[in-house]
Amino acid sequence: MALLEVQNLGISFGGLRAVDDFNLKIEKGQLYGLIGPNGAGKTTVFNLLTGVYKPGMGIIKLDDQDITSKKNIEINEAGIARTFQNIRLFKELSVIDNVKVGLHNQYHYSTVTGILRLPKYKKIEKEMEEKALSLLEVFDLDKEKDTLASNLPYGKQRKLEIARALATNPKLLLLDEPAAGMNPNETKELMDTIRFVRDKFEMTILLIEHDMKLVSGICERLTVLNFGRVLCEGPTSEVLNNPEVIKAYLGE
Amino acid sequence: MKFISFLIDGINLGSVYAVIALGYTMVYGIAKMLNFAHGDVIMVGGFASFFATSAMGVNPLVSVLIAMVVCTILGIVIEELAYRPLRNAASSLAVLITAIGVSYFLQNTALLIFGSAPKQFNSVVNIPMLMLFDGRIKISGETMVTVISCIIIMVCLTLFIHKTKSGQAMLAVSEDKGAAKLMGINVNFTIGLTFAIGSGLAAIAGVLLCSTYPTLSPYTGSMPGIKAFVAAVFGGIGSIPGAFIGGLLLGIIEILSKAYISSQLSDAIVFGVLILVLMIKPTGILGKKLQEKV
Repeated sequence: MALLEVQNLGISFGGLRAVDDFNLKIEKGQLYGLIGPNGAGKTTVFNLLTGVYKPGMGIIKLDDQDITSKKNIEINEAGIARTFQNIRLFKELSVIDNVKVGLHNQYHYSTVTGILRLPKYKKIEKEMEEKALSLLEVFDLDKEKDTLASNLPYGKQRKLEIARALATNPKLLLLDEPAAGMNPNETKELMDTIRFVRDKFEMTILLIEHDMKLVSGICERLTVLNFGRVLCEGPTSEVLNNPEVIKAYLGE
Repeated sequence: MKFISFLIDGINLGSVYAVIALGYTMVYGIAKMLNFAHGDVIMVGGFASFFATSAMGVNPLVSVLIAMVVCTILGIVIEELAYRPLRNAASSLAVLITAIGVSYFLQNTALLIFGSAPKQFNSVVNIPMLMLFDGRIKISGETMVTVISCIIIMVCLTLFIHKTKSGQAMLAVSEDKGAAKLMGINVNFTIGLTFAIGSGLAAIAGVLLCSTYPTLSPYTGSMPGIKAFVAAVFGGIGSIPGAFIGGLLLGIIEILSKAYISSQLSDAIVFGVLILVLMIKPTGILGKKLQEKV
């Protein structure tokens, strides 16, 4: 049973079919890559999966549960978390508070409890603090826990976004161009981090990436998107040697 | 000595402005909208307290709680019915104009129900006047209660926003609604909560205002509402300590110009000072620095 199963997914903006007849199957624990030239519709697929856009047609199933056209927050609850192509951290919040916001869907106390600072408030806040710290330690961000997110260096902001997404306790993690803007050393470190996240949290990961070194280095399977349609799908080495794919990237 | 008693009056009025401005600034800071109906929620709070004491004969302090409940519910209903459907409107003007509409709706509904004749509001404060320097300086019970509640509210609000889960969710929503949603934050609930708290504060402000200036009419909230908005902008809209400082300064400027310059010109002076401050520091006294993109 695949963790994520997408069938015939499609959406149009005006007359443009941004994504058409898109199919995808990801097994639990897989590191899966979604690649394709600029404007192929990769981020649109992410937006469809996370409920930012409502699909015009098709079915999205996570763990055999139909999540098509559900609200963002319900999809998050069902177990999909993501990062963004252009980092969207809460810049005015501290590093640890960013992660704590991600924990909100699992830790509950009422507003009144918070205002009156009842014992339950202290207990849960302490649990959240500890959980957030342990996540930050994984990403080597614990020393900067009180820094404002906007003051972190770029590479660490990317890591913090992954930590925040993991804090929501997902089954499937979507990474939108995690290596964008990184230098080769940072990219190499990121590859280790992604592998580490998969092993440590037994996470299933779907990522969009242009950096072919990263894609061929860590992804087990790939789907190639071109003009909103699936061009081909299969194990990484096969896909990258497919003449159709090379043509789409480099032209004739 | 006269100057000091004017100053005390100014601090009293300023604290009322500050409590109203805290509500304004909180809603602006988190929901990113100007709730021009905020002043009229104050008036509703005043009437709720008035009828609780005069018609139902409840204890004045209990009437404050009743006013808070009424206003909190009113705030949630206004947000749900009038503002939420416009949350994704193309222009933020739509919700601004709706807020002005809600303001007139509340005023005219009050006019219809309560009539235009001002009512005599009995102060809810029952503390004797404090005499200092052989009675040359008098501090009324209302003044003490107003100033102290204003400080307590500001401290509690700051703690609430920075130290609790709901407050953290508010900060996240204020920065990026879309990202907050995808991280599992219930944006509608969070914004509703912001309005609930802002309106609850408006009720307290209404009671304090009517206790200090004991007349109550459907228009009671409108001018203090606008002044408090000025105070919030003055201090840097979106900033909680800014609303506090802005409110206090505004109250002091208003009373001093009434006392020493001209009572007719006092409003002109207040707004004149606002224009001056904004010319020198466009984001207000404690406003965030505008980031220049290069």
